[in-house]
Amino acid sequence: MKHPIRWLSIIVIALALSGCATTDQGGGAAAGGQEGQTAGAQGSETAGTGSSGDMEGSGVEASGAQGSGGFTSADLEDPSSPLSERVFYFPFDSSQIAPEDVETLTKHAQYLSTHPEVSVNIEGHTDERGSREYNLALGERRAQAVADVLTLNGAAGDQLSVVSYGEEKPAATGHDEEAWSQNRRVELVYER
Amino acid sequence: MKRLQRLLLAVILGFAATQAQAQITVDITGGALGALPIAVVPFEGGDAAPEDIAGIVREDLTRTGLFEAVPREDFLARPARMEDVNFRNWRVIGADNLLVGSVERNGGQYQVRFELLDVYAGSRMVGKRYTASGSDLRRLAHTIANEVFRALIGRGGGFNSRLAYVRAAGAGDARQFRLVVAQADGHHPQTIVTSSEPLLSPAWGPKGERIAYVSFEAGRSEIVVQNVGTGQRRTVAQFKGINGAPAWSPDGSRLAVTLSRGGNPDIYILDIDSGETRQFTSHWAIDTEPVWAPDGKSVLFTSDRAGGPQIFRKGVRGGDAERLTWDGDYNASADISPDGRLLTMVHRRNGQFRIAVKNLETDTTRVLSQGPLDESPTFAPNGVMIAYTRTHGGTPTIATISVHGRAEANLIQGNGDVREPAWSPE
Repeated sequence: MKHPIRWLSIIVIALALSGCATTDQGGGAAAGGQEGQTAGAQGSETAGTGSSGDMEGSGVEASGAQGSGGFTSADLEDPSSPLSERVFYFPFDSSQIAPEDVETLTKHAQYLSTHPEVSVNIEGHTDERGSREYNLALGERRAQAVADVLTLNGAAGDQLSVVSYGEEKPAATGHDEEAWSQNRRVELVYER
Repeated sequence: MKRLQRLLLAVILGFAATQAQAQITVDITGGALGALPIAVVPFEGGDAAPEDIAGIVREDLTRTGLFEAVPREDFLARPARMEDVNFRNWRVIGADNLLVGSVERNGGQYQVRFELLDVYAGSRMVGKRYTASGSDLRRLAHTIANEVFRALIGRGGGFNSRLAYVRAAGAGDARQFRLVVAQADGHHPQTIVTSSEPLLSPAWGPKGERIAYVSFEAGRSEIVVQNVGTGQRRTVAQFKGINGAPAWSPDGSRLAVTLSRGGNPDIYILDIDSGETRQFTSHWAIDTEPVWAPDGKSVLFTSDRAGGPQIFRKGVRGGDAERLTWDGDYNASADISPDGRLLTMVHRRNGQFRIAVKNLETDTTRVLSQGPLDESPTFAPNGVMIAYTRTHGGTPTIATISVHGRAEANLIQGNGDVREPAWSPE
């Protein structure tokens, strides 16, 4: 038990997801009327499955086991697909992933698990406050937390590479909370 | 000696007063209360020289916070040698010491001489003469400042040391990172590495010949050791995950580094020649930013094992890590003074990141800088001043502040962001 906190968070996430997963499977199969908020996303997943026929097939078929899989690389470009959401934000000095982001990451994990040929760079970033090397470590902790969610939900370890840039590559250049909140982030960068 | 005692007394009183008020106080007067008053007379013939030698000496001395320069406007005379000095003229304007000198062109070279005088004793403390080229005059001025510092304080001033720092300029794809080495006052900057990917955490080897730093040139962090004179460089750590925060052992044979190859960031000791690593800390928390104690027996580092980041110390041969900082919920990026007595760090207070100094013997912490986003403190080899990245008013600059907080100066600014100063050994 070298990493009690991380393992703990994985367990917590796992518990949360096992709850989500059953709901998803039920809702996904039975048309998404039960929860208005998730209905849109599920609708687009269905569309995704339909358009994926011309891709390398095995992934699409395997997605059946996941219940709500069936993403294709086209989803990465589709603004209505959860896969288009590839930046996740964090509070200061924290690597806590927001629950709605865990849901989105689950979709990315499904895409990865059904497309073993795809790999993704997980880039961790921080805002400019505090010390640079500590931020480098914090950025990695954030990226690692995202990687853990992806692996836990079916992505293979060799599909993921984690890199931290700390505060060195800000998305916004200001010196206020508005900029900082945009910079405390993890970006998924799919390899093409 | 009398002056040194007086100075020490002032310092002790200053610390006592601080302790009486509170654990931490912000003490920035900008003035130089308790500093030694010295009159630095413009050198005779200096107008024709490419550098203002007296001006450079004066700036070097006052930045330490240990000296107060008597304003030139107060001078009643401008002697260049002791036999021309009327000491009463200098007593009356409150100068304890007087520096006079001259610079004279001789062919392609300059002949420079100075005398440091004790105004009350009416005697010469030290006097020397030099020959230098025009481009060496600034370095020569730093040498003279060293002579004055040594004569009055009793040890080296370190004014001929160098500052390494990172400059980042340009936006988007045109962004460029440079590792720059300059004289200790920020002048004569020379770029030793240019990269389109981030460079960070420069650290000088103990002899001032080599710099270790972190480079993202390969798209991920690696630790590079570069010979400053020859430019020869070698990647010494490229493990999976973070390769960061290099810190030299006092004998120059090892680097303490941060690696996350074991799953999360821990400190490792890397033997530079063999490349062998030994895990030094092993904890689920973030352990990073190592710095060696000057005696080489322990390593200080930042860890968030207690919640937020705090400074810890652990013996190189083993033992438990001991927490050193208790004031506030964020203390990181430590550096230790050459005598091992003072710790400087980034300290968060009321949401502002400032440079603080902790006296490890008295356990007193003082906040020195104004914030709000200051970082990367590094001790000067003279141990009485700190360079850091100062962010007061937006664009970062590299500034110095005396450990007593009395003297502040902006050293390096402009053309993009400047940051992460690392002060070379003397």
